[in-house]
Amino acid sequence: MEATGAEIVVRCLAEEGVEFVFGYPGGAVLNIYDEIFKQNKFKHVLVRHEQAAVHAADAYARATGRVGVALVTSGPGVTNAVTGIATAYMDSIPIVVVTGQVPTPAIGLDAFQEVDTVGITRPCVKHNFLVKDVKDLAVTMKKAFIIASTGRPGPVVVDVPKDVTSHITDFVYPDTLEMRSYNPVVKGHGGQMKRAVQMLLEARRPMIYTGGGVVLGDAAEQLAELTHLLGFPVTNTLMGLGGYPATDRQNLGMLGMHGTYEANMAMQHCDVLLAVGARFDDRVIGNPAHFAREQRRIIHIDVDPSSISKRVKVDVPIVGDVKNVLTDMLALLKQAKEKPDAPALNTWWTQIELWRSKNCLKYNRNSPLIKPQYVVEKLWEVTGGDAFVTSDVGQHQMWAAQYYKFDQPRRWINSGGLGTMGVGLPYAMGVQLAFPDAQVACITGESSIQMNIQELSTCKQYRIPVKVVTLNNGYMGMVRQWQEFFYGSRYAESYMESLPDFVKLAESYGHIGMRIDKPEDVEAALKEAFSPALKERMVFMDFQTDPTENVFPMVEGGKGLSEMILAEEL
Amino acid sequence: MSRRHIISLLMENEAGALSRVAGLFSARAYNIESLTVAPTEDATMSRMTIVSVGSEDIIEQITKQLNKLVDVIKVMDLTEGSHIERELMLVKVRAVGGDREEIKRTADIFRGSIIDVTESTYTIELTGAGSKLDAFLEAIDSGFIIETVRTGASGIGRGERSLKL
Ligand SMILES: Cc1cc2nc3c(=O)[nH]c(=O)nc-3n(C[C@H](O)[C@H](O)[C@H](O)COP(=O)(O)OP(=O)(O)OC[C@H]3O[C@@H](n4cnc5c(N)ncnc54)[C@H](O)[C@@H]3O)c2cc1C
Ligand SMILES: Cc1ncc(C[n+]2csc(CCOP(=O)(O)OP(=O)(O)O)c2C)c(N)n1
Ligand SMILES: [Mg+2]
Repeated sequence: MEATGAEIVVRCLAEEGVEFVFGYPGGAVLNIYDEIFKQNKFKHVLVRHEQAAVHAADAYARATGRVGVALVTSGPGVTNAVTGIATAYMDSIPIVVVTGQVPTPAIGLDAFQEVDTVGITRPCVKHNFLVKDVKDLAVTMKKAFIIASTGRPGPVVVDVPKDVTSHITDFVYPDTLEMRSYNPVVKGHGGQMKRAVQMLLEARRPMIYTGGGVVLGDAAEQLAELTHLLGFPVTNTLMGLGGYPATDRQNLGMLGMHGTYEANMAMQHCDVLLAVGARFDDRVIGNPAHFAREQRRIIHIDVDPSSISKRVKVDVPIVGDVKNVLTDMLALLKQAKEKPDAPALNTWWTQIELWRSKNCLKYNRNSPLIKPQYVVEKLWEVTGGDAFVTSDVGQHQMWAAQYYKFDQPRRWINSGGLGTMGVGLPYAMGVQLAFPDAQVACITGESSIQMNIQELSTCKQYRIPVKVVTLNNGYMGMVRQWQEFFYGSRYAESYMESLPDFVKLAESYGHIGMRIDKPEDVEAALKEAFSPALKERMVFMDFQTDPTENVFPMVEGGKGLSEMILAEEL
Repeated sequence: MSRRHIISLLMENEAGALSRVAGLFSARAYNIESLTVAPTEDATMSRMTIVSVGSEDIIEQITKQLNKLVDVIKVMDLTEGSHIERELMLVKVRAVGGDREEIKRTADIFRGSIIDVTESTYTIELTGAGSKLDAFLEAIDSGFIIETVRTGASGIGRGERSLKL
């Protein structure tokens, strides 16, 4: 059947079962928008800034596991989208971004609203395409969805010149497609998995270190089974939170720069380390030379060979999809005659409990000021630990990670790799649209929220009832903390002057605003915001928190994992 | 310990494929000594030869990162096995009076051929491994050299060792 390029774009999205397209129109995509107008297969969500479109698509993908889709126009539409694309890239999130481009004859002539989209986005996409011929369009869209969602996921950009959207061709959407140059390895190597199981059974001080790969690969169930079977301690990276239940005793909490004392100590002192879908990030292992001082054998499961032995040399590399590999290793483990070394494990757990008894996340509960940690704890209680929580970037992000106990994967939505301030609100929108009945909270700071505050308008238009929990310390707190610790308390440009009245601001967009000044009012405010009466309403809570509170524990940049700064004894 | 590696790869003959490889090297600050690319007997594929210097760890990352590029079909580190390396060089030298004979003799020793002659210059064509071309340049007085142009290395595995689909 014949169709224009614009119709083809829209029909490909429908064929892929896309529910939402987050976008913003402009000259180069008007043909596509005209086709969107005529269809009813998916819903278009008009954001207020292209960055937010990509973030919302990204959050939709994080929460559902399906590919998120954004649509932007050429030139400034694309440059605005770049932060969103780079954010998704750093956290391996499957999205497809369709970008308008100037007509093919105008490419290279510095045409109005022309940028080299493929060139600008190349370093921050898994792959990108410029479609020069309408005959290639459907196949390219198919490739984009396959590449985005398989292997190590990531963003794919499809750049479509305006003339291509008006050209006509026969439309056939391929069901499947082979690419000789793209074949991610999904099954683990049998010999390596045997070696790994043997090594685990010989371990005396084992540790399981798990990351975003467990969440992305939907392998939480397999991870839990393996961990219980072995009786080993486990830790999650910031991106892996929820991949293993936070309330389970075997979980030592998050590790890394702001990880728990027990997780970091166990990581440093273990003799066998099983790394699962985690990439030994610099915020996780601290100084690699210090990390390497202790002798330990490392098994590393990752679908991307380039994640293995990149920063830390490993002994048993296993390339494959984490769900497949864990399933196969479980089978091997069940067949094995040996059992984990129980007496050694006992001694190890005794040591770990000693570390845990430091109670490194304690904070002053008698302060007359609202402690940010307390707000997050209460949020966890009030939402029954069952909310989707998005966050922005800063101290509040760390407190959200430390004090909201995620028991399920895909509930914690944040920017770990790029650390993009401004993601919180658009992330919450993407999640809430995907799960209209769920409780969605955005934990943010007074600085971060201002980076995409215009999206309050989108929330109004589409009645997106997210609950914003602003931990308002009046500072770019994370910056202020570093200045306090490492720059002699010289607070250069980290105080947030001239804040708006967030209550009035929210109200001006037609939402509900609340300002909370006292610790004793925290719980009631949260209960009200999450009450059935306000289920349909967007609520903006402005918690005035202690401006001087710091995030502990902390591993200073360049220091070893076991060299943590802890909160003063209280 | 840093070593020189010759990495060969096959990639889709797509617009922009070259810039993906070049961009990878600059973005990750990998060293690149030379890079050559041309189509193969199969018009849908190009073959690229990259010469890079790095430690084993870095070269391992380079080959993994290259393999990860969606347009790259296959990657092989030729230096991991026996292989042949060839590069073509054209050198234009000042050649007058008694120097003409001297230069011709040096070119002969290196099995170079003089492919252009004027009253005052010779242009010498030389093929071989990079090290041989370097040696030739060292053998003639640098004062004679007017221009040097090298293609960058190409390489191929010996015998049955092949990079093909
Ligand atoms: C202010 C701030 C502070 C931070 N502090 C910390 C901290 O204290 N602790 C911390 O942990 N992080 C912290 N981070 C986050 C940090 O920067 C990294 O983003 C994070 O540690 C990376 O997590 P990860 O190793 O799980 O990798 P991810 O980025 O989640 O990568 C996932 C890995 O899994 C692989 N993978 C994907 N899918 C599959 C599959 N199906 N099968 C197998 N493998 C797969 C990928 O190839 C990749 O290697 C902080 C970030 C910010 C902004
Ligand atoms: C776009 C962007 N710009 C700058 C930074 C650097 N940065 C990291 S945290 C932070 C302060 C965040 O302040 P706020 O949102 O108030 O959170 P708080 O730390 O106070 O909880 C800044 C500026 C960043 N991560 N992202
Ligand atoms: Mg703040």
